Amino acid sequence: MKRWSFHGGVELPGHKQKSTTRPVESAPLPKQLILPLSQHLGAPAEPVVNVGDKVQKGEMIAKPGGFVSAPVHASSSGIVTAIEELPVPHPSGLYAPCITIKTDGKDTWLNREQQTDYRQLEPALIRERIREAGIVGLGGAGFPAFIKLNPGKTVKTLILNGAECEPYITSDDMLMRERADEIVQGLLIMQRAVQALHCIIAIEDNKPQAAQAMQAALQQIGTVDTGIVIVPARYPAGGEKQLIKVVTGQEVPSGGLPIQVGVVCQNIATAAAIYRAVYRGEPLLSRYVTITGSAVAEPRNLEVLIGTPVRDLLDSCGTDFTHLQEVIMGGPMMGIALADHEVPLVKTGNCLLALKQGEIELHPTVVPCIRCGNCADVCPVNLLPQQLYWHARSRDFDKTQEYDLFDCIECGCCAYVCPSNIPLVHYYRFAKSEIRSQQEQKRKADIARERHEKREQRLAREKAERAARHARKKPGTDDETKKAAIQAALERARASKPGTPPDDV
Amino acid sequence: MFKKTISSPHIHSPSYSTQGMMFRVILALLPAVAVYAWLFGWGVIINLLLAVGVALSCEAAMLTVRDRPLLPTITDGSAILTALLLVFALPPLAPWWLTTIGVAFAIIVAKHLYGGLGFNPFNPAMIGYVVLLVSFPRELTLWSLPAQLSEHTLDFGSTLNYIFSGTLPAHLGIDALTSATPLDMMKTQLGLGHTTSGIIAAHPVFGFMGGKGWIWINLLLLAGGLWLIYRRIINWHIPATLLGSLFAISLLFFLLDPQHAPSPLFHLFSGAAILGAFFIATDPVTAATSNIGRLWYGAGIGILIYVIRSWGGFPDGVAFAVLLMNMAAPTIDYYTKPRVFGHGDRDA
Ligand code: SF4
Ligand code: SF4
Repeated sequence: MKRWSFHGGVELPGHKQKSTTRPVESAPLPKQLILPLSQHLGAPAEPVVNVGDKVQKGEMIAKPGGFVSAPVHASSSGIVTAIEELPVPHPSGLYAPCITIKTDGKDTWLNREQQTDYRQLEPALIRERIREAGIVGLGGAGFPAFIKLNPGKTVKTLILNGAECEPYITSDDMLMRERADEIVQGLLIMQRAVQALHCIIAIEDNKPQAAQAMQAALQQIGTVDTGIVIVPARYPAGGEKQLIKVVTGQEVPSGGLPIQVGVVCQNIATAAAIYRAVYRGEPLLSRYVTITGSAVAEPRNLEVLIGTPVRDLLDSCGTDFTHLQEVIMGGPMMGIALADHEVPLVKTGNCLLALKQGEIELHPTVVPCIRCGNCADVCPVNLLPQQLYWHARSRDFDKTQEYDLFDCIECGCCAYVCPSNIPLVHYYRFAKSEIRSQQEQKRKADIARERHEKREQRLAREKAERAARHARKKPGTDDETKKAAIQAALERARASKPGTPPDDV
Repeated sequence: MFKKTISSPHIHSPSYSTQGMMFRVILALLPAVAVYAWLFGWGVIINLLLAVGVALSCEAAMLTVRDRPLLPTITDGSAILTALLLVFALPPLAPWWLTTIGVAFAIIVAKHLYGGLGFNPFNPAMIGYVVLLVSFPRELTLWSLPAQLSEHTLDFGSTLNYIFSGTLPAHLGIDALTSATPLDMMKTQLGLGHTTSGIIAAHPVFGFMGGKGWIWINLLLLAGGLWLIYRRIINWHIPATLLGSLFAISLLFFLLDPQHAPSPLFHLFSGAAILGAFFIATDPVTAATSNIGRLWYGAGIGILIYVIRSWGGFPDGVAFAVLLMNMAAPTIDYYTKPRVFGHGDRDA
């Protein structure tokens, strides 16, 4: 099949070999599960259990908090011991509401509703199943999967993203090797849900075994309108918009969604989870996780219950905690450095990368930008990172937007190659959050001003009316003075029309 | 400036560092410097050491005055590179004060007063050179003869003595050691109404494809430059369009009037065209940054070099051409903004 390419990108050392040598096993059942209410994009889930409740594996413990939201399920049986704010995986070491379950070791399932033939299900019902199972994009973004599967438009191509372009991560690779049939079944379910004309499974050329397994599964299941496309391993080939470009040659418009070019894109692991939800009635309770890095004695992939504390996982793979420098959830290019090892593994956590001290330079010497343009050469979005940096640094946020700051996908390619070691992406995040908070402030100010103006106008009107009444009552006052009084009041009212800054903000 | 905190990306490519880039550029210059010294004598070496010394001292002094960390900048190689480029532009027997003034002006004014590395809009070495050219035009044209052409050579001691005190051994006059550069000679003689072929035949400074001796230096500079492209230290865009446009425009005039317009090869291989194309115009700080912009930027320099050489008041135009295009770089950048992914049209 024909392939296209995207501008820029970098070739990264893969470090993928080590974690693929052992078959995937289940991680030991943890003593305690911590389930954050917000593991997805959108409104946090709302607890439906109380402290002290006994829960079973697969039981919903928090319901969606809105349309764009996802429920949370107990990944094992036990007792709810707390509903409180705990540290969660977040770049700034944030605390967020979590439900804690003390596991009973029995792992008893709630009764599962079996469903064998998805072809009997209406698309809307499939989506409902997926929504109820709490499935979100497992490739990293965590967008509720059922929404993407309700495009409201003709879907030409349904792309299954098996690129997995970040170094170290092999969880999708292992999943394809071991559960190719589940992935293909999941894909067919999705195809039915969106009525896609055809499907493409995109796999990077550094995963030949996975591609083979997928090919075999396709043949066995006997699909006609699905093909495998091998894409060159070039970071960030797995970025949604980059992958769509490579596979279809089309560019998703800036700020737009893939459906605008007739594409829906889902991750490999999401497909497998969808299969389990629809065929077996199992909500999303576990996922494949790569546990690797120089501080890990036995790098490997484990099937991990959502909510398992990161420390337990690092422990079970023989992590050298004394020489540990950093644990990253996700990959080295876009992952989050964990501030705390007690945080739980969440739905989007595909990898734990534990790096030894000295493996990465934490504070390299930053020297001035020499405008070499390396950053622009590798930017997959074709931005001018050096200009963005320049304007973000001087807090000229209008200019950063002129240079399309919000098209930046924070892939990190620019910072990776910058010879001056400038933490470029850091500046972009800073600028983005400053702009967002300025907009938020402006919005609030606008509301306040509007309120203030309304009040002023009302007061002026009342005053004018009073003056008019007064004038009418007063005997001997002629029309002229009445008019003058009203006029004066109206003018006062007019003076406080838009343009006057509110004095209370 | 805030320090790198623990946010992604967590890894950095080992093959890119500003210091590494600078030192590779210096390395690429060294073979040409060696041949330059071999052909033109000890003066080159003495001036080179002097220039590097002055450059580093000025850099250190300015960093101290500006209260900036000393070590990362002083070791980044940029000051050494500026010194090296300036030495290439100065006559081998330039007196010490000439070199010192040029280098000091380049580092103190053209670099640090504009905010230091990365903030200077003009190439410091070229500013230093132009200041000297405007203030001391006579000293800059006293170019020593290449060893092949001179009956007299100065030993180390007398060279040192001449550079620092201006006195020569009793039996020698400065005229015996120096002559105009090939470009300078060509310009003067053309101005006197001679033809190119007549000039080349009559004056021994001209050799095959340009000035004698210079051809070797230029070939080594070319090799060094190509190596830099191969190692991806510089991009091909600027050298290609610079030399290409210089070649094209000189070819045009050569074909129109071969007796009064020197050949394209003469233009490429005498003077500082090659040095300029690979080592000066590619200075990233002062050049255009997008690849399309770089193409225009290089082409502009090539054409300006020809214009200044042919009709301007100075024999070589590389320095002025580079500085003029330095001024144009921000505008070029603005109009050559690449089309951002997912945007229908360029939104410049
Ligand atoms: S890579 Fe770094 S030094 Fe080079 S232009 Fe970009 S920001 Fe500047
Ligand atoms: S982080 Fe942003 S600016 Fe940098 S390369 Fe990626 S998309 Fe481009």
